[in-house]
Amino acid sequence: MKSIEVKNLTKKFGDFISVNDISFDVYKGEIFGFLGANGAGKSTTIKMLCGILEPTSGDALVSGFSIDKDPESVKKNIGYMSQKFSLYGDLTVNENLNFFGGIYGLEGSILEKRKDWALKISGLENKGNILTSTLSVGFKQRLALGAAVMHEPKIVFLDEPTGGVDPVSRRKFWDLIHEISDKGMTVFVTTHYLDEAEFCNRIILINAGKLIASGSPAELKEEFIESTVLEIVCDDTIAVTELLSDEDYSQNVSVFGNSIHLILKKKYSENSEELDVIKRSISEKTGRQDNVKINIILPSLEDVFLNLLEKRE
Amino acid sequence: MKIIRLFINKEFRQFLRDPKMFVIVLIAPIIQLVFLGYAANRDLNYVNTAVYDMDKSGKSRELLRDMEGSGFFKFNDFTANYDDLEKALDDGRVLCGIVIPDDFEKNIMNRRTADIQIIFDGSDGNKASIASGYILNILNNFSSEITAEIQERSGLKRSLAGMIIPETRVWYNPNLTTRNFMLPSIVGLILIIITINMTSLAIVKEREVGTLEQLIVTPIKPYQMIVGKLVPFTILGFVSIILVLSVMRFWFGIEVKGSLTFLFVCSFVFMLSTLGLGLFVSTISRTQQQAMITSAFLVIMPMIFLSGFAFPIDSMPEAIQYLTYLIPLKYFITIIRGIVLKGLGFSELWKDLLTLFLMGAAILTVSSLRFRKKLE
Ligand SMILES: Nc1ncnc2c1ncn2[C@@H]1O[C@H](COP(=O)(O)OP(=O)(O)O)[C@@H](O)[C@H]1O
Ligand SMILES: [Mg+2]
Repeated sequence: MKSIEVKNLTKKFGDFISVNDISFDVYKGEIFGFLGANGAGKSTTIKMLCGILEPTSGDALVSGFSIDKDPESVKKNIGYMSQKFSLYGDLTVNENLNFFGGIYGLEGSILEKRKDWALKISGLENKGNILTSTLSVGFKQRLALGAAVMHEPKIVFLDEPTGGVDPVSRRKFWDLIHEISDKGMTVFVTTHYLDEAEFCNRIILINAGKLIASGSPAELKEEFIESTVLEIVCDDTIAVTELLSDEDYSQNVSVFGNSIHLILKKKYSENSEELDVIKRSISEKTGRQDNVKINIILPSLEDVFLNLLEKRE
Repeated sequence: MKIIRLFINKEFRQFLRDPKMFVIVLIAPIIQLVFLGYAANRDLNYVNTAVYDMDKSGKSRELLRDMEGSGFFKFNDFTANYDDLEKALDDGRVLCGIVIPDDFEKNIMNRRTADIQIIFDGSDGNKASIASGYILNILNNFSSEITAEIQERSGLKRSLAGMIIPETRVWYNPNLTTRNFMLPSIVGLILIIITINMTSLAIVKEREVGTLEQLIVTPIKPYQMIVGKLVPFTILGFVSIILVLSVMRFWFGIEVKGSLTFLFVCSFVFMLSTLGLGLFVSTISRTQQQAMITSAFLVIMPMIFLSGFAFPIDSMPEAIQYLTYLIPLKYFITIIRGIVLKGLGFSELWKDLLTLFLMGAAILTVSSLRFRKKLE
């Protein structure tokens, strides 16, 4: 069942097109990842879906209600965690939860129960009386998530919920997102961390306001990378990358820490003659370096996206 | 209703945690009042005066005694020549110079016109004209005494019937102190600052911090937000009125002659306009700084200058006088002076109150619509 149906949504700021005629569907109960670099148009899209911004053209049905014609009904069915922390810094944790819970009509024992839950997931049990502005970024983000889903909306929109925290906290946050999803809520989450896409059921990728790919992580890998991917571990990754990018056989070369991912133009079987030729050519280039390893790997989503983005340019 | 209560509760909690707001609402009015109370005391307690008495006669001393006895003049300098007197004026040591010619008494005795010369430092025109008013008064009295004396001596015991002797009495503000006149209008000034400045700041702050966006996503209705935002500032407005009235009463001894309840009702009606203006400023400002500047320079300053608070409306160019009819503070000042100083009530002030109400309703409606539109 469709939870969100986006139809030709467009947003212009003056002459600048921030979101350019995008359409996609989100199904009930899934974790839907919305990927794109900074400035790609993720926040603009999410704000239109939540009724904060008016679309220039196009429409979307959120939980069955048109964002254009019936934004009030949309608001009753969603939760929103903005990219910028937006709980009241000068209220305590409890006061924030009371306020936002109250606005959504929670009261009495239900409010208490949901508050306890929100405090638990944000790791702030027994800390309800501290001022929200004094919390660290990680706590703030989990508290904001708690506040956004406290009223158990059908759909929850999270705009870059993991921005600016360390990998461990990001991991923990994704565990929470799965916990929320298990409760039956549809999660719409944006991120510019490509590796987080693997945690989603389905994803779309936008670039400069345009949708350029959509599908499940597995589908995307199959669909967009038909060729072999090699991982080359060596010391001087930068120099080798430069040398490799001019070769006939390479389609895309990118650096991942101390290794290089080389996407070839074709798919080769593992022990084929051609692949050996390529490997030898690579060895020549890395030549004098020690500890060089060349392996065939499964492409990651990052490979997919970098490949896709490169093709566009 | 529950949501509005929730909102108001939230506003007060935030207010109590914000020392800056606290100072602006509770401390600033008192300071402002005391400060203005003394600064606004533009009346002359006495006029510093230099005297060059060439005559040194009984009559000249009599005149000087009369002047000093009035309490308005203080003789700082008795100069021996004209140049010294001029110098005292030039240096600003004295505001007034009196020169009595050496034939003063002789002329009076011979029933001739006796001249004296009075020189004012006109750089503070206001002060000079008040001082000259005092002097004229004293001289009038002095000369009618002389006339009576001469007539008596010449046996002409004429009664003073037929002569017009003005006896001026200033009502409402018997000592004509500017302070009495100014202080009640400070209630208006402080309400403006609290309601326009604070309201717009509080709303723009939510936009700046991003909480407004969070609110828009919730099912809260714009009118609930507006009421939730405005009610706390209305209450704070009343708190500061009480504060101002108390300081006026217990520090400056100015009592409210009219009904306090009526004063509160009028203040509420006045706040409709100012809250509306605050709301309006919030819809045209992106940052708190912008809101601050907009409300101070585009709203509050013109209000103060055109309301008659700072300058009398009669002395403005005609075109600008018409403009003052658009200034809510003008009506409120009339009302508040009426209530505090004259003890007026509804039957005398209803026209101003009605105007104020209509203006407030219009401003608040337009601003609310604009606020709503901005949200959607
Ligand atoms: N209010 C606005 N006025 C003008 N341009 C805007 C506005 N909001 C966003 N943009 C522009 O739209 C583009 C997309 O922004 P955004 O949706 O915030 O990107 P993302 O969230 O993917 O980083 C950016 O280039 C940004 O500068
Ligand atoms: Mg963004």
